[in-house]
Amino acid sequence: MREARSGRLLGKWLVSGPPILYLLLFFAIPALIMVLASFRTPGDFGGLAPLIDEAGKPDLNVDSYARFFTESVYAQIFVKSFVYAIATTLICLAIAYPLATLIARSPKKHRDLLLLLVILPFWSNFLIRVYAWMIVLGPQAALARAVNGMLGWFGAGPVSLLFSSFAVLVCLVYVHLPFMVLPLYANLEKHDQALLDAAQDLGANAWQRFWRITFPLSLPGVYAGAALVFIPALGIFAIPDILGGPDDSLIGNVIKQQFLETRDWPFGSVLSIVLTVAALAVAGLAAWVGAHSTRREASGA
Amino acid sequence: MPRRSAWLWTAAIAGYAFLYLPLVIVVVYSFNDSRLNAEWVGFTFDWYRKLAHNEEMQQAAANSLVIGFVTSVVATVLGTMAGVAMHQYKLRLLPILVLTPIAIPEILMGVSLLIFFVLLNFSLGLVSVALAHIAFCIGFVAIVVRSRLAGTDESLIEAARDCGASPWQSFRYVTLPLIMPGVIAGALMAFTLSIDDFVITFFTAGAGTVTLPLQIYSMIKIAVTPEVNAVSTLLMLLTLFLIVIATKLSPSLLRSNQETT
Repeated sequence: MREARSGRLLGKWLVSGPPILYLLLFFAIPALIMVLASFRTPGDFGGLAPLIDEAGKPDLNVDSYARFFTESVYAQIFVKSFVYAIATTLICLAIAYPLATLIARSPKKHRDLLLLLVILPFWSNFLIRVYAWMIVLGPQAALARAVNGMLGWFGAGPVSLLFSSFAVLVCLVYVHLPFMVLPLYANLEKHDQALLDAAQDLGANAWQRFWRITFPLSLPGVYAGAALVFIPALGIFAIPDILGGPDDSLIGNVIKQQFLETRDWPFGSVLSIVLTVAALAVAGLAAWVGAHSTRREASGA
Repeated sequence: MPRRSAWLWTAAIAGYAFLYLPLVIVVVYSFNDSRLNAEWVGFTFDWYRKLAHNEEMQQAAANSLVIGFVTSVVATVLGTMAGVAMHQYKLRLLPILVLTPIAIPEILMGVSLLIFFVLLNFSLGLVSVALAHIAFCIGFVAIVVRSRLAGTDESLIEAARDCGASPWQSFRYVTLPLIMPGVIAGALMAFTLSIDDFVITFFTAGAGTVTLPLQIYSMIKIAVTPEVNAVSTLLMLLTLFLIVIATKLSPSLLRSNQETT
């Protein structure tokens, strides 16, 4: 008996040991090093100053955190990143809702295909999808000419669609849309048609049926999708880098700049940690609100 | 009722058009006989011919394939172990280690690995990129394998144990064949994720090493050229091919994406 138990314990460690070790080494330890780096002083030539300084004292301080909280430009960039991420989430929700509804209502045999069609673009290279918008929004492309032609009618000067906040937002929505459709669909698929029929029998119109029944029931899916869109959108740097103008730098761009250009690792680490905390807080909030709303629904039903 | 569904169809078709039109335009202009990527001039294979003579691009493609292959092999072994472990045992640490890299913005993993490698004096290049890719692919493989395990019949494994199979034998001859489609789907997924990754590669590749996404990035930072359309088209074909196979092998792949939350 004891042998069997120790054998099971051995098996447990043999199976889970290697992936745990790998992820500790290449995920958890680097993350801890980054936390430590945020309390260090930047080196004279980038990177970090020696951990033990000439006086023999360890180099640990909160200077970089102080800098983050005193120089308001960084708080402003964080706010801007939040605004972009929130706008992306809301627009994704508006586009994803009809898509997910249609897929959930179509015959069972078509659903997998329709769903696959939503996911497929997500699997093509991220940069290709950004590049595609460089072409669509390009100054000589049909869209820009049509828009500027219309603006010309009203006597307004030509605008550039590319290298603008508009381009950044459109591409943010484009890249993250599947993350909103999937959880929404998973939720809508489970809805009971009988509820809607009953509401109709009782005289509820289409709008009331949607607003009082379908939408509240779909909230767990909405929260899950919102978290899946919001978190990656918050940390993005390549889209503003490629499609944005000079004023469209988001927090991801500043982090990239701190690590690769300014080479101020401690400050870059501080920004990364604030971003992590923000992302985890949003994920936690979404999970909590999601669980809370399902429970209330279950007890109310 | 019909009016409502017509409205729904319009909105959904617009949604699909939004998803596909930009990619279709990339593909169409890769055959366009014009540098501008703005309007159709005439059909040509020139951009593909140019690509065939672009040595930088070929080096980048070779690097991407090597990294993708190594990542796929190692991440599949470790990810399968993680998936089996998460299915079989109540573990606290492993699920956190497996799922967090997927849940946080990619840039965070990129910069923390950059600090890690540089502080260890580990030279940045193919090896550091592969090590980084493996770290974020383990989670995806583990999720696919675990969802496959959740759908298998436990009694088969118990029967093997009752007939005197050792844990290794019952895994090798019963569990593994049962979860094989999930394992292969996970391997294809890891390969695709590795080939496509831009953000983490950007931070861990160093100055001298170029992969396909890095090469595309440096080209489009300078100018729009149909050569990028051509390489994008080929890359999309490859990804499409791999994903269709993976989805055929493991239909749960469609649903497993949400379990990452």
